[in-house]
Formats: sequence, structure tokens, C-alpha cells
Amino acid sequence: MIHFENVTKVYPTQKRPALNGVSIDVDKGEFVFLVGPSGSGKSTFLRLVLKEEKPTKGRVHVAGKDLARLSNWKVPHLRRRIGCVFQDFRLLPNKNVFENVAFALEVIGKPRRFIRKVVPEVVELVGLEGKATRMPDELSGGEQQRVAIARAFVNRPQILLADEPTGNIDPATSIGIMKVLDRINRTGTTVVMATHDAAIVDSMRKRVIELEDGEVVRDQSRGVYGQAY
Amino acid sequence: MRAQFVLSEIWIGLRRNLTMTIAVITTVAISLALFGAGMLINQQVSAMRGFWDERISITIYLCTESSPSDHCIENGPATDEDRTSLQSDLESMSEVAGVEYVSQAEAWQDFQDRFSNREALVEATQEGDIPDNFRVQLADPSQYETVQESVQNRAGVDMVSNDKNVLDQFFELLDGLKWAALTVAIVQLAAAALLIANTIRLSAYSRRRETGIMRLVGASNFYIQLPFLLEGAISGLIGGIFAAGFIIATKFFLLDKIQNWFQFNVQLGMGAVMSVVGMSMILGVLLCTIASFLTLRRYLRV
Repeated sequence: MIHFENVTKVYPTQKRPALNGVSIDVDKGEFVFLVGPSGSGKSTFLRLVLKEEKPTKGRVHVAGKDLARLSNWKVPHLRRRIGCVFQDFRLLPNKNVFENVAFALEVIGKPRRFIRKVVPEVVELVGLEGKATRMPDELSGGEQQRVAIARAFVNRPQILLADEPTGNIDPATSIGIMKVLDRINRTGTTVVMATHDAAIVDSMRKRVIELEDGEVVRDQSRGVYGQAY
Repeated sequence: MRAQFVLSEIWIGLRRNLTMTIAVITTVAISLALFGAGMLINQQVSAMRGFWDERISITIYLCTESSPSDHCIENGPATDEDRTSLQSDLESMSEVAGVEYVSQAEAWQDFQDRFSNREALVEATQEGDIPDNFRVQLADPSQYETVQESVQNRAGVDMVSNDKNVLDQFFELLDGLKWAALTVAIVQLAAAALLIANTIRLSAYSRRRETGIMRLVGASNFYIQLPFLLEGAISGLIGGIFAAGFIIATKFFLLDKIQNWFQFNVQLGMGAVMSVVGMSMILGVLLCTIASFLTLRRYLRV
């Protein structure tokens, strides 16, 4: 599903590569933790998957497509197959829960009838039934992140990328978020989650890829956050 | 494509940058108005030129006792012989369509009629001060110089004038007006483009959260950019509508007045005015859309 082959990324303003000769394979339906200290290249990895950046060297394949050969105007279609969740939720403050989730479908031109059918299903899937008309500032952090997950998942992407989704949420609530991500993973969606949260990684027992200074230092199925921590 | 979504986005964008939007509309309106006025003056001048070139006539003034030019003092006033030979020569020329003799009495009467509202001037002159003359209609107006040259130095001829000399000065004035209007229009159009660029930049900045999410969930570039492009286009269109008012006013309050002074009888039809209005509006909308588009390429990276 995601295939990195000797990928090196050097940002123009920096000498040290953000990623250095990284080869990673993520299969369909996998749940992968991407761990490592800040600046180890986790975010660069995610940006390369979304084709927000181009690799300096190496090849990136996502959902069967060679991103180097994907023309710019087709990038939006790639992104429709990838859902994204961030640490800071990125909700629209002037739209309620339903509208925030529906926004993702509106802007890719889905018909209104389809939106009215699908959005409530996803809102329920992330555990927000009955809260569809709440505004984001009326929700707790955990609930806001559920809205963000619902928005990322409403178009049924093949891949869900989560960049520190529990970074702003207390540990008790984080467990609920992880349950939602696990539920999404069980529908066959590949989930890649970058995180610092050792407790979560240890409790989930999923594949762990550890990056350090832009290199893969560990790739372990059913792994833990790391012995050193 | 959901029209309602796009429309509400445009409305929000225009309202959020209200002061900038007003500045854009004003600048666009002024520049398009000047552009349109320049175009109209241009059309008017060429219509008048065409009208006049077809009707150009030559007036040959004959020497009288009081003619001050050297040529007349040398040869004395025109004799009857001069008159008859001049008339027959003129009539025999192929370029000449008709010759009319205006005697001193008729010329003076004509003068009195024309300046009837200025008594002092009329009282200061008497019959004989206004020279008798030949009014020559030309078969081919473009040949006026040939006729003019062939009679210029004949005995008894004081001076030959054609209407073109007088009119050319007037046309030059209008031409100057036209170029002034077009120059200011171009400067203003450039200013309008920069203002639009700035407005769109502000708009893109204040909506960066929305556009960021749109990008992430895979909205097409066109869909992301459309509200901004239409925002520019609508500013251009509103500016164009104000300009249209100004252009139509130019037609009625400037060009038609000029018509009345000179009795040319070549009014520009409403069709000509409307085509200028249409061109100005298209120019305005295009300019604004292109300016928006170029700005977006810098500030709405995909």
C-alpha cells in the first residue's frame, strides 16, 4: 500500500537529510506506529506519502501509484484515497460536527443525498452519535479529535495517516481515540500513526517502525515503543 | 460542483475584505471608464473625419481693395476677367463637381447673418470688406490639394482655404484627449491589478484553514481556487458596471455636445457605445480574474 525505496529527502534550507535512504513497506490493512524523537523524519515520511513534498532521491509508491509519475493535477485524487488526522484537529470553528465532516465530501463534489446518508454513519462510528449539531468549541479535545477522524474517514480512504493524534489529549481519552483508529483499521484501512506516546504503542502491540536522524533503526512487528524509554 | 457552497464562499470573501473590495471596484471603475471614454473619442474622431473627408470643399477668396496680402497689393483687386477665366478654368477641371460664385454683397450678407449677435463687429465692417469668393465642391475630396495648388497663384486670388486645416486642429485636440485618457487608463489598470493581487492574498490568508483542509481531503485545485477567482471576477464586473455608466454619460454629455457645436451629424449609435461598454467590462473581468489567478499560484500552493 505504501512503498518507500531508498528514499532520501533533503530540504533546500538544510544540509542534513530529513530522511536518509529509507526503505519501508506497509501492506494493505496494516496498523503501523511510526516512532522516534522530534526531527527524526516522521512528519517528512507522512508529507512524502501525501506528495506534499517530493523525494530528493528514491521512489515512493502509494496505493499502487508511482508518485514521481503522478502529475500535479492528479494529486487531489491521490489525497482522496488518504485520510489525515493531526495533533491540532484542524476543524472549522464556524461549522458544527455534521458540517465539518460533510465539508470533506462537499469540496470533492459529492451529491447532497449521499452526504446526508454517509455522514451520520461515520459520526456514529467515531462515537459521537447525538452530537452532530454541536460546535467544535462545545466539545472536549477527545471529541474534537473524533470529529477530525470522522472527517478523514468519511470518504472511506484506503490509508489513514495520523500525525500525533493523541498529542493534545489526556491518556484516558487517548484510549478511546485508539479504539476508534483500531475500529477503522478493522474495516481494512491501512493506518499509519506517528506518535511519541509510549504507553499507547506498548498497549496496542502493533508493528513499530522507529526512525532516528532520518534512518530506520528498528522495524518490528508486534513491537513496543522502545527499550531505551 | 455545488453552486451554493461556492457562492457563499465568494460572499464571505468579498465581505471580509470590504475596504479592499471597495478600493478594487473604484480603481477598476475609473480605469475602465477612462479606457472606454478613450475608445469612444477614438471612434467619434474617425467617424467625423470620414464624414468630413467626403464633404470637404474649398473656398477661393478673391482680392479686394482692402486685401492686405502682398499678392493682392501687387496685382490689385480681382477684375471681371480674372473672375470669368477662373470660373471657367475651375469648371473645366475634372476634380471639380461644382462651382458657386458668392458676390461681395452676398458674402457680406452672409457675414451679417452669422454674426448677428455681435453688433459691434457687424457695424465695424461694410460691404466690400468681405471678399467675394468661389465655393468649390470637389468630385473627389482627396484631390483638394491639386485644385488648391492650381489656383493658388493666379492673379486676383487672395487665398485658398479648405475646411480641413481648421478641423485638423480640432481633431488633434480630441486625439490628445484620447491618448491622455488611455494613458491614465493603463496606469490605473496596473494599479487595479496590484490591488486585486493584494485583496486575493488577504482573502487566501484569512481562508487558509479552509483551503488547507480542502487540499488535504483532495478537493481539486479548480474547486479550491474558484471562489477566489470569482471573487476577483465579481469585483471586476461591479467596477465594469460603474464604468459603463460613466461611458454612457461620456457619450451623452461630451460627444453629443461636440456634435451639436459642429453640426457634423455623425452621432455614434447606441450600438457603438454598447460595444465599447462590452469591451470594457470583458477587459475588467479578464484582468481581475487573471490577476487573481496569478496571485493564487503564489499563495495557494498545491
